[in-house]
Amino acid sequence: MRLEYPRYRDEVDDAELLGRLLAGDKDAFREIVTKYHESLVRVARSYVANDASAEDVAQETWIAVLRGIERFEGRSSFKTWLFRIAVNRARTKGVKEHRVVAVDITSDRSLLARRFNEHGMWSDPPAPFTDSVDDAIVNAPIVRLVHESIARLPDAARAVVTLRDVQGLSTTEVAELLELSEANVRVILHRSRARIRSEVEASMRAGQK
Amino acid sequence: MKLLPSALVCQQAVELMSDYLDGSLSRRARRRLEAHLVACDACTAYLEQLRVTIAASGVVTADDLAPEVLQTLSELFERFRDES
Repeated sequence: MRLEYPRYRDEVDDAELLGRLLAGDKDAFREIVTKYHESLVRVARSYVANDASAEDVAQETWIAVLRGIERFEGRSSFKTWLFRIAVNRARTKGVKEHRVVAVDITSDRSLLARRFNEHGMWSDPPAPFTDSVDDAIVNAPIVRLVHESIARLPDAARAVVTLRDVQGLSTTEVAELLELSEANVRVILHRSRARIRSEVEASMRAGQK
Repeated sequence: MKLLPSALVCQQAVELMSDYLDGSLSRRARRRLEAHLVACDACTAYLEQLRVTIAASGVVTADDLAPEVLQTLSELFERFRDES
């Protein structure tokens, strides 16, 4: 599995890729698609009725990008522009499909609470993810488990985590794009990250038995 | 004399960690959490796992994309390029 696109290079990478794209470089387009397509589908899926509709939204987004790229002025980052196109299209399609997106920030409350005793101390402390001494490098099995867990999140949570943690948009940008308050985005992130961590932990525990 | 803030218990510490990693905690809350972490190995381990979880979320691999989707979109790109 290739580990690529470290966060700090993101804007540089996109600027370089866009330059090549405008010059007609097909490989640059393939790299951009590889980097963003699955996230576009996952965010779109939060608004539309089924997987096929979400895939349609993502493809329409790329068509809109190819049509509009010469007018993209770089006032926002490329990825913010890209996801704005996708969210607007998904929202329109979702309305046509009579899909209602529920933002439930009350769920999952008890998941972690069971791990503590009546004094709020750990009764079941976190189990180690791996036996590896060096945790600095995220290993491939953890990456896979985390991404599977993100795919299983409820709609709004999946969109928030995809934009914030997968693609690295700021909390403010995520709130604006999804029309949520920043406080809601933070609560959803907290709950979702806790849930993903505990699912990885559970898989690791099961695998070590 | 300022009263010292009461110590956090583990369950409260865990509630603050996501905001801590995003840098959105108040200075007071951050200090309370860090004071707790110094003394608590389980919470320190939990925080590290959250960090790993977020880092793993940010790893996008070519394996995630179906080859036929990439093929379709590449053809689309070529059509656009040839038309313009």
